[in-house]
Amino acid sequence: MSHKVIVPIGPYHPLQEEPEFFQLYVEGEKVVDIDIIIGYNHRGIEKLAESKHFDQVPYLVERICGICSSSHPYAYVLAVEDLFGGEKNVVPERALYIRTIIDELQRIHSHLLWLGLAGHFIGYNTVWMWAWKYREPVLDCFEMVTGNRNNYAMYKVGGVRRDIKDEDIPVLKKTLDELVPALDMFKGAVMDDPVIQARLKKIGVLTRQQVIDWCVVGPTARASGVNIDIRRDEPYGVADRIDWNVIVEKEGDIFAKTVVRIMEMYESVSMIRQSLEKLPRGEIDSNIKDIPPGEGIGRVEAPRGECIHYIKSDGTNRPIRHKIRAPSFMNVASDKVAAVGGTISDATITLAAVDPCYCCTERVTVLEKSTNKKILNGWDLIRLSQEKTQKLKEGLGV
Amino acid sequence: METRDKIKERLGGKILVWQENSPRRVWFSIKKEDIVETVRILFREIGCRFSIATGQDTPEGLEILYHFSFDKKGVIFSVRVLIDDKLHPEIDSIAPLFPGAEWIEREMWEMLGIKFKGHPNLKRLLLADDWPEGNYPLRQNHES
Repeated sequence: MSHKVIVPIGPYHPLQEEPEFFQLYVEGEKVVDIDIIIGYNHRGIEKLAESKHFDQVPYLVERICGICSSSHPYAYVLAVEDLFGGEKNVVPERALYIRTIIDELQRIHSHLLWLGLAGHFIGYNTVWMWAWKYREPVLDCFEMVTGNRNNYAMYKVGGVRRDIKDEDIPVLKKTLDELVPALDMFKGAVMDDPVIQARLKKIGVLTRQQVIDWCVVGPTARASGVNIDIRRDEPYGVADRIDWNVIVEKEGDIFAKTVVRIMEMYESVSMIRQSLEKLPRGEIDSNIKDIPPGEGIGRVEAPRGECIHYIKSDGTNRPIRHKIRAPSFMNVASDKVAAVGGTISDATITLAAVDPCYCCTERVTVLEKSTNKKILNGWDLIRLSQEKTQKLKEGLGV
Repeated sequence: METRDKIKERLGGKILVWQENSPRRVWFSIKKEDIVETVRILFREIGCRFSIATGQDTPEGLEILYHFSFDKKGVIFSVRVLIDDKLHPEIDSIAPLFPGAEWIEREMWEMLGIKFKGHPNLKRLLLADDWPEGNYPLRQNHES
């Protein structure tokens, strides 16, 4: 019996400009093909940016994604600063440090969010609750420093909008100190758990060659042995003045992707600690008034991979072209190879492994091909996934 | 050998204009007939990663910038191609070389009306199914 499985991910993708719609074609339990359809909520942000002046665009682009609302404005200001010959030519020292602190805090909260949802999808609801519990203090830090849990409005061309106050620094440090034992716990819970290993190893594998051919970026690429990270390859902020490591795994399966994200959080904690330690006194903004004509490209390593913005200026106060490419634009397309050949109970976690949006999976629907009758909904799919974990647990006697 | 010298040597006379505005950004233009060979050399021989392509409507014609990232050195090579026939813009597709280019070519096709010859699946990516034919939102003459 063949089923046509329709998996609408949406209605609003936090990362790209559009939600996505996956159609999995399955034979029995096995996924044989997948169609990815996007564009349901295309907002035309590139076009909209051409009608905003350079100072308004950061507010616009940080609303592309609620999760990485530091990456898009950061990539945009880097693109504009590229017209001045680079970030370091125009941005004051202290602002560089603040930029890195905000960017890495964002990575921690984004990876914790992913970890929680990945846990939920495979039936580890405790991981979900705990990961999100420990994400809260990170968001509190954002609220303290920027006034918002998301959409921080910190970046502007030539600097940052707000300073980190002296009295905030001990709170930030304390939050990081308390986060590390939680990360240790998650690391242990994932690395040492035989069920998680059985559930995630050799599932949703992307080979090194597939990563190259599909131009995949970020943790998804690094889990397949492709050693790329914009923070090291084209350093921005103070990434080149502090010590940290690029985490690379070889296997390419979901377990490797999980390991990469968990280990990256340690690196981010260390990067923020060092930045806070070295944070110099001084100006935070160079008050740029005029943007010269020219073309610039800015890119940052968002939690999901390279986020790249292109800006063309004709010397007026508005960009005449603004191209935005979020990492999921490349990563989601690779689901075509990662999910095909797997089972339907693994599809939920495989499609989630590249870390796209999550308002999604409760809207998963399975349709009977001949009658178009709904036979499974999103919760059923999550249940299928969770039942597989339960069976594995019983099999292993855990 | 430095990557830029290698690219210059491999592409030779195909390069029309070579620009370096900032240390990590290289822009060069080629004729549209040379795009597939140029991309093959950059992607397969030099080992660049295809980052994205930017399509735009300029007074001279429709322009595509193919951004290639050379991650070992943190440099972006942007290949500029001008398609001067705005009525029937056409260029060879690079998607047959590697699947990572499929989506962006579909996007440029619907947003700017550039036809990519040899694309395996040239259908709409973002615009609605009932969006009128021949109405390209990123063209400068588009009425919003």
